[in-house]
Amino acid sequence: MSATSLPTAATAAAAKPKDRRRRKRRDLVGLLYVLPAMALVVVFFVVPIGMTAWMSLHNWPLLGVPRFIGLGNYVRMWSDAGFWSSLRFTLLYTAVATVAIFAVAFPLALFVERPRPLGALFRTVFFLPVVVGFATASLLWVWLLNTDSGLFAPAFQALGFTPQRVNILGDFGTAFPAIVAMVVWKVAGFTMILLMTGLQGIPGDVVEAARIDHAGPLQRFRFITLPLMRRTLGLALILCVTGSMLAFDQFYIMVAGGPRNQTVTAVYTIFNQSFVSFRLGYGSALSIALLAILLVLSVGQLWLLRDREDAR
Amino acid sequence: MRATRGRARLTAALSTLVGLVVAAAFLAPIAWTVLSSFRPAAEAAQPPLPPWPTRGFSLDAYRTLDGFSGGLWLHAADSGLVAGSTVVLSVVVSLFAGYGFSRYRFPLRNTCFVLVMTTMMVPFQSILVPLFILLTRMHLQNTLTGLTLVYVTLQLPFSIFMMRNAFDAVPREIEEAARIDGVRDLRLLVRVLLPLVMPGVATVAIFAFLNSWNEFLAALVFLSDESKFTLPVLMTAVRAGRFGSIDWGAVQAGVTVMMVPCLVVFLALQRFYIRGLTAGAVK
Repeated sequence: MSATSLPTAATAAAAKPKDRRRRKRRDLVGLLYVLPAMALVVVFFVVPIGMTAWMSLHNWPLLGVPRFIGLGNYVRMWSDAGFWSSLRFTLLYTAVATVAIFAVAFPLALFVERPRPLGALFRTVFFLPVVVGFATASLLWVWLLNTDSGLFAPAFQALGFTPQRVNILGDFGTAFPAIVAMVVWKVAGFTMILLMTGLQGIPGDVVEAARIDHAGPLQRFRFITLPLMRRTLGLALILCVTGSMLAFDQFYIMVAGGPRNQTVTAVYTIFNQSFVSFRLGYGSALSIALLAILLVLSVGQLWLLRDREDAR
Repeated sequence: MRATRGRARLTAALSTLVGLVVAAAFLAPIAWTVLSSFRPAAEAAQPPLPPWPTRGFSLDAYRTLDGFSGGLWLHAADSGLVAGSTVVLSVVVSLFAGYGFSRYRFPLRNTCFVLVMTTMMVPFQSILVPLFILLTRMHLQNTLTGLTLVYVTLQLPFSIFMMRNAFDAVPREIEEAARIDGVRDLRLLVRVLLPLVMPGVATVAIFAFLNSWNEFLAALVFLSDESKFTLPVLMTAVRAGRFGSIDWGAVQAGVTVMMVPCLVVFLALQRFYIRGLTAGAVK
């Protein structure tokens, strides 16, 4: 009896740590699965973020030895008129583009959200420009906006709007709205789809109850639709604002920062300082500043659109 | 009663009409370019009124474009190679990572996952400078390989998020059953689970393709050799008149070549694309 029970007890005692060790080894296999991804993210993302901060404290030429200058780059940034004007323009562009995109995307979202004939077709067509690249769209529109070979200037002349062909991209007053129009065409479909998912998440009975209480369409929109889709609205707004703050392609390709350097954006300044003038340290300091501004903007927007459950 | 129904029908017809007009406006720039690209060389500099070729269909614009730099097909191949490799690598790496994060509990699992997700908040434009230095040190600057690795990394946060969700949705019983049948590890992942997470793979692949095919700034910064230019960089040089006077026919042709693959991929796999978009939104 004892002779038979003893070995069983021994194997049971031995099996437990063995089991645990096997499970531990199985878990480490998981580490192996995520290893390639982690390696890429660390080498091409985490290390560069640290390097940006480190380089921003140096005078870092393309060739030659970097020299530590502490906060010198940041001090220089403070009195760099080019940096401030690019930042001002980026903020102006972000404000105008965001308002314009929402002004187009919201009606489109309300339009495609309701079931209607050809609904799927409308949704697809409004979304098509989103999958075209920003560089591609810029090249397309720079042709359409060309004075002699484009579409708009000759068409406006033929229709009698302007006495002769106007160089739309030659003057800030016309170039800026034209570029914003291009961006709205390219991006509105994206915001539309986001807003549409938000609209679809609003329970129908809430809207119905408001209708029974004699709330008009504008009141329903203001007091039911908008508050109930605050999270979607917040996401769409953050994506729109951060995207606009990082604008580069359209201003580089369509007007090369002109006319008279009036459309140089923040990323454009970073590009110029880093890869045209090869002031890599200063470019890094500008990058850190841009990163900080973006973080503040995102946190600010989240705070503005936070759930006010506690306040109610 | 009849009057209100009549009015409702009228409003419906009117709104459909408005929809058609707006849809035409959204479609017009694309249609205009594609049609204009088939005009003969003599018409290339003329305003596109009307956009379609009036003096016969011609491939002159594409021929002119092919005469620039290394030729249209070389640069299309550069772009295709980068986009194709980005798709394959993004899918493979995120398939493994999504599986690992979904099914295993290893030390630092949550830290790793949060680390990957936070990189989504850092725009890559702010790390261009060190990336340039790193790639130079690794002798990957001015190579399509280096550009591809950067693109894959940029795709990873979204792709891993998608793939982890896809694996989370697969019942564990399926794996248990397969294990009992003696299928394990890689064979289990590829033979049994891959077919089940295929929608996630499709979403990851579409986003990887569109983003890498269309990307401009990183390609502009990292590629200095003209023969390695991807299409957006080449076309910007064409548009800037780097190969002599600006040929608008060539620009139209180039824009068409860049647009058509994106439109085809989107129209064919729209379902998976929108899924990825809304998955990001719900998060």
